[in-house]
Amino acid sequence: MVTAPQVWAAFAEIPDPEIPVVSLVDLGVIRSVDVHDGHVRVEFTPTFLGCPALEAMTRALEDAVASLGAEPEVQVIADDSWSTDRITAAGREKLRSAGFAPPAPREASAPRLVQLQTAVFRCPYCGSTDTRLENIFGPTPCRSLRYCESCRQPFEQFKTI
Amino acid sequence: MNELLLGLADDELVIGWRDSEWTGIAPLLEEDVAFSSIAQNEIGHARAVYRLLTDDSDVLAFDRALDEYRCAPLVELRLLDWAHTIARRWLYEEADRIRIEALMRDADPAVAGLAAKIDREEAYHRMHAELWHGRLRDEPRFREAVEELWPYALGVLPPEQRAELAAHVGRDEVPAVERGAHTDELAELWEEMTSVRRSAPAGAQW
Repeated sequence: MVTAPQVWAAFAEIPDPEIPVVSLVDLGVIRSVDVHDGHVRVEFTPTFLGCPALEAMTRALEDAVASLGAEPEVQVIADDSWSTDRITAAGREKLRSAGFAPPAPREASAPRLVQLQTAVFRCPYCGSTDTRLENIFGPTPCRSLRYCESCRQPFEQFKTI
Repeated sequence: MNELLLGLADDELVIGWRDSEWTGIAPLLEEDVAFSSIAQNEIGHARAVYRLLTDDSDVLAFDRALDEYRCAPLVELRLLDWAHTIARRWLYEEADRIRIEALMRDADPAVAGLAAKIDREEAYHRMHAELWHGRLRDEPRFREAVEELWPYALGVLPPEQRAELAAHVGRDEVPAVERGAHTDELAELWEEMTSVRRSAPAGAQW
């Protein structure tokens, strides 16, 4: 009979469809796994509501459960329970080494423009904090574009959600 | 059906559609990227709100007749000029913030939770609008665009929330262009927006 640790281990092998250096477990989008009599109920939170990979991720979770010989039930939870703070320490390090600056911690209220323009953001390539905001938006909704004045390299900064 | 939520979702769907019209042709490459992301988020919000109202969001998004949509005329307008486009984005985000904040206090936890999620994403749209408002606010073309769109912006909100919007943007309340009647521009958009869905055989998988 399948166990919850086996399910978590299988989910840790599923890459994020857009940033495959991190897994769905690294991203912190799996809110809960409940195993009962060969039935696995998974609560899954989207990063961004408009994420085009939502269906692909749901299917990947279902397939992983099915491949363990259990019956999947994946529920998408569209509330504020996912935050970029849920990206694991290992996930952050994987992001940074792939050239994505990990997100700053979440604060009580949503971030403001002045914070993006004046707070300290570190270049993932050279570690310099001499970086500036290039564009609030990037190749996907979860990323901004910044430029490092020290190593003269543009980089992608994860937005804080 | 909750008319307030349906109106919100329809606004997000239609403004997302309008924002996406700048993909590939915005005046700056950065704005191609920004408008594409904003459009994707807005349509994602529409999908999530439709799902609060029904199991299949596509049925609400694409299977209704034109007169069943509840969007505000502000989002329907086909704006071909950058000053108007930015004026709408700025006014829309100012109005949207007021209703989303109210929904974050909703008694239904599903509504309040989703509103909190939407707010975190909209924060980045507000930053984008704030940046552009800062750049353009003294330009006559922009000021004229805001003047023209102001009655439409008021129509995004129910009457009891309009004074707050007027205070935020520093303008006086005027008679609003209300939800209900649709512009001719929405009819054209509806044709395009629903064309794929209408052309597919029943039972098609997406």
